[in-house]
Amino acid sequence: MSDLAIETVGLKRSFGDVQAVKSVDLRVQDGEIYGFLGPNGAGKSTVVKMLITLLRPTGGKATVLGHDVVSGASKIRLRIGAALQDASLDEKQSGREILRLQGALYGLTRKETDVRIEELSSLIDVEATDRWIGTYSGGMRRRLDLAASLMHSPDLLFLDEPTTGLDPHSRVQVWDEVRALNKELGTTIFLTTQYLEEADELADRVGIINNGLIVGEGTPEALKRSIGADVIQVSVDDNESAVAALQALPCVDKVETGPRALLVSVNDGAAAVSPVVIALDGAGVKIGELTLRTPTLDDVFLELTGDRIEVSG
Amino acid sequence: MTVTDTPRAATVRSNVQARPSGFLRDLWTVAKRAIRAIPREPEAFLPALFIPAFFFIVNVGALQDLTEAIPGATDFSYKNFQLPTAIIFAVTGISRATALVTDIQTVYFDRLLLSPVRRLPLLLGLMVSDFMLVMALCIPVLILGVIVGVSFGTGVLGLLLFILIGALWGLAFTGFPYAIALKTANPGAVASSFLLFFPFAFLTSSTVPLENLTPWMRGIARFNPITYVLEGMRSLLSAGWQWGEIGKALLAIAILGTISQTMAMLALRGRLAQN
Repeated sequence: MSDLAIETVGLKRSFGDVQAVKSVDLRVQDGEIYGFLGPNGAGKSTVVKMLITLLRPTGGKATVLGHDVVSGASKIRLRIGAALQDASLDEKQSGREILRLQGALYGLTRKETDVRIEELSSLIDVEATDRWIGTYSGGMRRRLDLAASLMHSPDLLFLDEPTTGLDPHSRVQVWDEVRALNKELGTTIFLTTQYLEEADELADRVGIINNGLIVGEGTPEALKRSIGADVIQVSVDDNESAVAALQALPCVDKVETGPRALLVSVNDGAAAVSPVVIALDGAGVKIGELTLRTPTLDDVFLELTGDRIEVSG
Repeated sequence: MTVTDTPRAATVRSNVQARPSGFLRDLWTVAKRAIRAIPREPEAFLPALFIPAFFFIVNVGALQDLTEAIPGATDFSYKNFQLPTAIIFAVTGISRATALVTDIQTVYFDRLLLSPVRRLPLLLGLMVSDFMLVMALCIPVLILGVIVGVSFGTGVLGLLLFILIGALWGLAFTGFPYAIALKTANPGAVASSFLLFFPFAFLTSSTVPLENLTPWMRGIARFNPITYVLEGMRSLLSAGWQWGEIGKALLAIAILGTISQTMAMLALRGRLAQN
């Protein structure tokens, strides 16, 4: 039996003339947390919808837990859970009613369902379970949505931007739960996010999608290492002269122009600061602000796509 | 937010395993949710109580003396004549189509679709709830009729069949709003499906007997299935067990139901195919 939870080869999806997903090859190992990173409109949600059998591919092939997403859709549905981007809950039902309905949809008995509700009680506000969803805060809805997707103990969980719009406290709660699900139960997690910090915190491996194509993949550490050991972020009054001056320095690996500052990739940040400042001064460039830091996934994204992720919500 | 000391959900190993339910359990699961929602959305059914009561009282007040004075109409009771009209007004167009649109728009429908539930019960379950609601809506209208002196010539069995015919008509009609809901996912379009109600409800013998309509109107009414439903229901009130009239009513319901439910099923198939 394959140890791949998800495998796609040349996966495509078009809507009329628009190619939302151009060609996506993914290999997600059983038991890993895979972060799927990309800006709005990159094709993340479309890929997820194809993997959870809500959308048929228009090209390529995808298997989930060993079953083809088209011919084996009903088998896949029994073993996956999904919390979609907008917490999809019925506002005029209570939390308990939603969870019981979810249990019934997955063939659980009433007794099994009530046991699961008890087991999932840390995710849901116990005092609120009998209140209508319409009275829940955004964070409570998200956690209830996550609880609903876990009712049948899925082997593979899809989380589509699970913390978008959540306050920091709720975000950390969801992260803890995701980590625990993966570490304690070995649940494979496919997580889409536009938050780089989230991917960095949670994912064993990250795939970066842009304009319907995978543009980079690897562990967060490997991706960050790929653009250099350190980054000097410097804002200047003349980008063109600054880039020319910095590219001439032997200690500089790469210079990228970001939206607010230049990003200078170097191997040894502490040793490179001084030559960088001297080179800029020598070129007559005025420095506004200079920061030395390690690379982030945002830098990786910029490197791979030439743009930064615009975070919404 | 309440902070609890319960261990994290993820650390609790569960033995439950998802499995496909049978068709009937899927149907009942979907229906139960829809039935639970009915009393929580009184705005969806209160007009269906008010409008028939209003028309019943106004029509009887305006036309009772006139119609009962028509030469030859010696045993004619306009109250008996109007009660089926009130029932039809109560049950026509009642559905959970607007709720279905909300489910589609809020992506809750997607949550249902990604579960192993069979697809047909997603629609039929709503209709089970509609059927129960229209049966319930018949009761206050009947009570109003009894209060003002309507009598059942066919007794309790006739009364039950009377309610059943009304409810079946209501169910047959639901296919139209569901078809529009599934096709458009637009609440405005679903609301406009109420316009279908007018030709069905008024181009017929809803206010005066068929034979007293003008010839052109009578011609149209003969092609309107509601005409036969009303005649069948009226026969249970006044004329005793007239199986020919009852059979025509059930046939009219079956024909309209086949058309509207076929449209709804095709729309469901279309929505699923969009995926």
